[in-house]
Amino acid sequence: MSTQPIKFYQTDTFTVGNRLLAPHERSVQADPRRANALNCGHRACQGCGEALGARYAIDAAMRASGGRLIAANATGCLEVFSTPYPETSWQIPWIHSLFGNVAAVATGIAAALKVKGQGDVRVVAQGGDGGTTDIGFGCLSGMFERNDDVLYICYDNEAYMNTGVQRSSATPPAARTATTAVHGPEPGNVFGQGKNLPWIAMAHGIPYVATATVADLRDLEAKVQRAMAFRGARYVHILVPCPLGWGTAPDETIRIARLAKETGLFPVYEAEYGEITRTLKLRKPLPVEDYLRPQKRFAHLFMPEPRREVITRIQRLANRNIRRFGLYEERPWDAGALDALRSGSDA
Amino acid sequence: MLRQMEGSRAVAEAVALCRPEAICAYPISPQTHIVEALGELVKAGSLSPCEFINVESEFAAMSVAIGASAAGARAYTATASQGLLYMVEAVYNAAGLGLPIVMTVANRAIGAPINIWNDHSDAMSQRDCGWIMLFAETNQEALDLHIQAFRLGEELSLPVMVCMDGFILTHAYERLDMPTQAQVDAFLPAYEPRQVLDPSEPVSIGAMVGPEAFAEVRYLAHAKQLQALERIPALAAEFKRAFGRDSGGLVHPYRIADAGTVVVALGSVLGTIKDTVDELRADGHRIGVLGITSFRPFPLAEVRGYLERAQRVVVIEKSLAVGIGGIVSTNVRVALSGVHLHGYTVIAGLGGRAITRKSLAKLMLDAERDALDPVTFLDLDWDAVNRALQRERETRRSGPLAEALLRDIGMVGGRIA
Amino acid sequence: MSMHKPFAITLDVGSSLANHTGSWRTSRPVYVDRLPPCNAACPAGEDIQGWLYHAESGDYEAAWRVLVRDNPMPAVMGRVCYHSCEPACNRGQLDQAVSIHAVERFLGDEARSHGWRFRRDAPRSGKRVLVVGAGPSGLAAAYHLALFGHEVEIHEAGPMAGGMLRFGIPKYRLPRDVLDAEIARILDLGIALRLDTKVHRILDSMRAGRFDAAFLAVGAHLAKRTYIPAGTAAKVLDAVSVLRSMEGAEPPLLGRRVVVYGGGNTALDVARTAKRLGAEEAIIVYRRTRARMPAHEFEVEEALQEGILIKWLATIREAGDGAITVERMVLDQHGFPQPTGELDTIAADSLVLALGQEVDLSLLEAVPGLAVEDGVVRVDTGMMTGHAGIFAGGDMVPAERNVTVAIGHGKKAARHIDAWLRGTTYQPREKHQRADFARLNPWYYADAPQTVQPALDILRRQSTFDEVQGGLDESNAMFEARRCLSCGNCFECDNCYGVCPDNAVVKLGPGLRFRFDYDYCKGCGLCAAECPCGAIEMVPEAI
Repeated sequence: MSTQPIKFYQTDTFTVGNRLLAPHERSVQADPRRANALNCGHRACQGCGEALGARYAIDAAMRASGGRLIAANATGCLEVFSTPYPETSWQIPWIHSLFGNVAAVATGIAAALKVKGQGDVRVVAQGGDGGTTDIGFGCLSGMFERNDDVLYICYDNEAYMNTGVQRSSATPPAARTATTAVHGPEPGNVFGQGKNLPWIAMAHGIPYVATATVADLRDLEAKVQRAMAFRGARYVHILVPCPLGWGTAPDETIRIARLAKETGLFPVYEAEYGEITRTLKLRKPLPVEDYLRPQKRFAHLFMPEPRREVITRIQRLANRNIRRFGLYEERPWDAGALDALRSGSDA
Repeated sequence: MLRQMEGSRAVAEAVALCRPEAICAYPISPQTHIVEALGELVKAGSLSPCEFINVESEFAAMSVAIGASAAGARAYTATASQGLLYMVEAVYNAAGLGLPIVMTVANRAIGAPINIWNDHSDAMSQRDCGWIMLFAETNQEALDLHIQAFRLGEELSLPVMVCMDGFILTHAYERLDMPTQAQVDAFLPAYEPRQVLDPSEPVSIGAMVGPEAFAEVRYLAHAKQLQALERIPALAAEFKRAFGRDSGGLVHPYRIADAGTVVVALGSVLGTIKDTVDELRADGHRIGVLGITSFRPFPLAEVRGYLERAQRVVVIEKSLAVGIGGIVSTNVRVALSGVHLHGYTVIAGLGGRAITRKSLAKLMLDAERDALDPVTFLDLDWDAVNRALQRERETRRSGPLAEALLRDIGMVGGRIA
Repeated sequence: MSMHKPFAITLDVGSSLANHTGSWRTSRPVYVDRLPPCNAACPAGEDIQGWLYHAESGDYEAAWRVLVRDNPMPAVMGRVCYHSCEPACNRGQLDQAVSIHAVERFLGDEARSHGWRFRRDAPRSGKRVLVVGAGPSGLAAAYHLALFGHEVEIHEAGPMAGGMLRFGIPKYRLPRDVLDAEIARILDLGIALRLDTKVHRILDSMRAGRFDAAFLAVGAHLAKRTYIPAGTAAKVLDAVSVLRSMEGAEPPLLGRRVVVYGGGNTALDVARTAKRLGAEEAIIVYRRTRARMPAHEFEVEEALQEGILIKWLATIREAGDGAITVERMVLDQHGFPQPTGELDTIAADSLVLALGQEVDLSLLEAVPGLAVEDGVVRVDTGMMTGHAGIFAGGDMVPAERNVTVAIGHGKKAARHIDAWLRGTTYQPREKHQRADFARLNPWYYADAPQTVQPALDILRRQSTFDEVQGGLDESNAMFEARRCLSCGNCFECDNCYGVCPDNAVVKLGPGLRFRFDYDYCKGCGLCAAECPCGAIEMVPEAI
């Protein structure tokens, strides 16, 4: 399930599976006996990135734990669409308590397992960006600080989708939400300081922190697997586009996530004990416009005419990520691609 | 074994005898000595296996307890006052999920103004949260109630809150009978959860329930509390057989059989009340006492049974339902529906104000003469109140009420200015 | 542990299966197979994507068996085919086209070294078919007809089988042991080959041999000539004769300085052959520019590397003794060469004319119904001539003249002959929609340059007739095969199975592909969008 060392030229490492790979080299999602931890019949919207990300991550954790896994879930879309009485889509032991306490609930589960000598059973906490970066932040930080044996997975769709697309502290600048209307000199969300949860997690010095997107399954699975190899607090932050909240077609979910990564707006990397150990390089750097334009939440940046100064500010954010995380290594066939992006944004 | 010890220490040791497997602690006065003692017991290895988790808030404390309980561990926490309010969302959640967590509430007032002393405002704010709420009259009862609480909660799959008066009990040293481990083990079987997070038998706990079933879920929670009305006296009786003393139960009547006037109260103030009643009885006043141990479930039938033959009922309570008056008295009145008698609500002891025998005696005598206001504030400084009210009438913006009052009373006037 | 679970709050696993979210769908995904551009471009109708699929997994015999369903001579075709599949390859828009011919050649060579044989499973039909000409078209037709169960006899006018493969293509492009082996394998099917048996009158031959049908593929072996004033001592030859004589005991004597006239592949073949025979100078004279040369670019490139000189924009006016006179040309606005009157002289010991070939149609005289037009035989869409039961293909019918077209004609004619013999009509399968590049999701394919076949050392190949193009070794061949994008055809990458947020794709196991579970598929379209090869189509639901 890890990323392959050998280049696989028909499809490289990007497809979910491949008949040409040895079974142990295939992804969890390629396995016909995968856990399908989040089963059919759930009520997520068409093309839901969170439903996809959750199954990817939890199935990978299931494989890593040999099926000995318990999940705690914050309130949010994932919880609501998966467990409306009388139907649950979860096939693993699962608990939902509150919006802001999932990290603590998971801590409690881990404590119980430890006391009972069930060290083989592993604990995952999962929440959306609201439950993670806002209301659940205190409990999460406490869990990190104590280094409780929990893998926390944040499914980041950059707003409160369950309540009707309101701004969270993970909402990107300029994005339109129900509480960041497109009026005034700074339409959409303000350019704040941001709240970089993976970095905050790293600042706790916990054993493992990683970011991933639903566009790169093998990377995501490798990270969950790596996370499961550690004991203590671990944090995996997965970008999961929301067709409804972002204003994209249901079949664009993966493409949009890919663009978020390829523009540098969502850096994909991993860190151990507070230090970055690996970054996923951009295959070919793309202008942020390619990412922004298909999304209705950014439509005001292009209509009635392009707001160049805003797009440029966003490009600067991407450029900063590319520089800060070393996201790009120039190769002969796309020399100058990065300069082209920089020239438009003098940064 | 009889020992001279602090109430908090006693409760901690009693809890430890119950073999809790997860203890969540966030410090708040006057609960601190309890969790400190438990932390020490765990750290020293005398309470094992047990995870003692220093959490970052009361909200986390209750949440960790929820997780631990759902995963099959016997979970305990303790809090007070603001801490209880900070965990409220999780308090309701634990009850809704039916997780038999036991929590000590070292009762304390709620700010603002911030106040660390005892009253029942904190617990009373949670009277409808779905927890079983037991009020200890003495430290011996506090100790004993914790042992019963685990048994009761786990039988019914409901969380239990054991309330003990902050400082008055928690910090008081007295001679207490500490049971042996063997006694507690015989009384309290290992926790067998009704639902548990188990990979070999997975379930989803905490579903979203819509209008089609929500009322039924709520009714079932109510029905469980009604079952507790039967289990609480039964357990108290069993406890008496095992441990040789009366502790717990739904209510504690005292000299009530012939009483024309019955004083109703919860918690440690019952001791002072009983002393006062003894004095007045010596003078020929037919006054009795009804202590309520189980505030939730509220023992309507028992309360009615003990009160319906009295001429008057005086409910002395350490909490105030602002805008209406009493909380306990409101509940008592439900029990007395259709019964014609005089009912008085006495708000006393707020924020740690001492409730003296002298004041109580005067109160009871006034009550006997039916000379009490329906809602009486015991030992209220009317001068200070009236000055503040006067100022309010004169100036619409007269500044913070609490500070003005303190200045009027002259307690901290110099320092505040 | 028996649990009395709390009502409504606690739920049992599997309960969501009761919620059939398929009712949300407004369009449904459907698996399709599309026609890859390589297959569409192959004159022999090879299922290139189909055989690469097996080569990718290293099952070369399976790959070879799929290949030979359409083309019985992979080792030959991998070498000499002008691979029109490759310019069509969608991978060319990503980095470089898959080197299809190299893998084909590798498979052909594998078959030779492992001794894989054809299997003849069909019952004998009792029908006899005469094939005239043992060139690529005739051999292909004979092969397919034999597999259909017919008894086949080939009448070849020449002394050896192979036709233009042997007499038109130099050894350095097609070693003769390769050719001989593939012909032998075809004949092993029980096909009778009669050499030195020229058919003079087709109807006579059919009658004499009691043939039920005939396939004519005599090729175009007559060199076209043009009038060039020549001195008495001037040595003027034609390309067909030069290349044919290479197969004889005595190589042709061309001298130290050879001029070849023409711009096709044959001109290049002759010039390169001359060089190998020891000519110090081999000069091609062509009346137009390089861009307009009909020869294939890679052959021009190889020839230039070998030191062949090409004189562009020139026509030959006169062939003298030891020298020829050429006139410089200019292209007019339509791109046609126009004379300038400026003359040059080139020293030359011989002049070889490579101006194209014509068909010897003498065997068709007195065949009723048969029509000849522009020197070739007219055939219908089923390759049948105007005379029932007589079919024709290859260079003798109107089409582009190359060996791949010829092989394709052989296959196509065999299918129609088979149907005709059984009193039915052959109905070709309906072609799938094209798998255009726009239908692919190229993100999933890695950037990887084409494996370049090792080219023989220049000096060595200038002086010998060793094969110029080397073959791929096994790892290279697999590498190259795996560069195939499998355009329009599921290659079981599991993407649909993975990306469905609703687990509504069922994986059926190796080789069995997938199935949609429409009970749960919400119709989001992610599977179609993320299918690398465009093998899923979204179809609107009927209301």
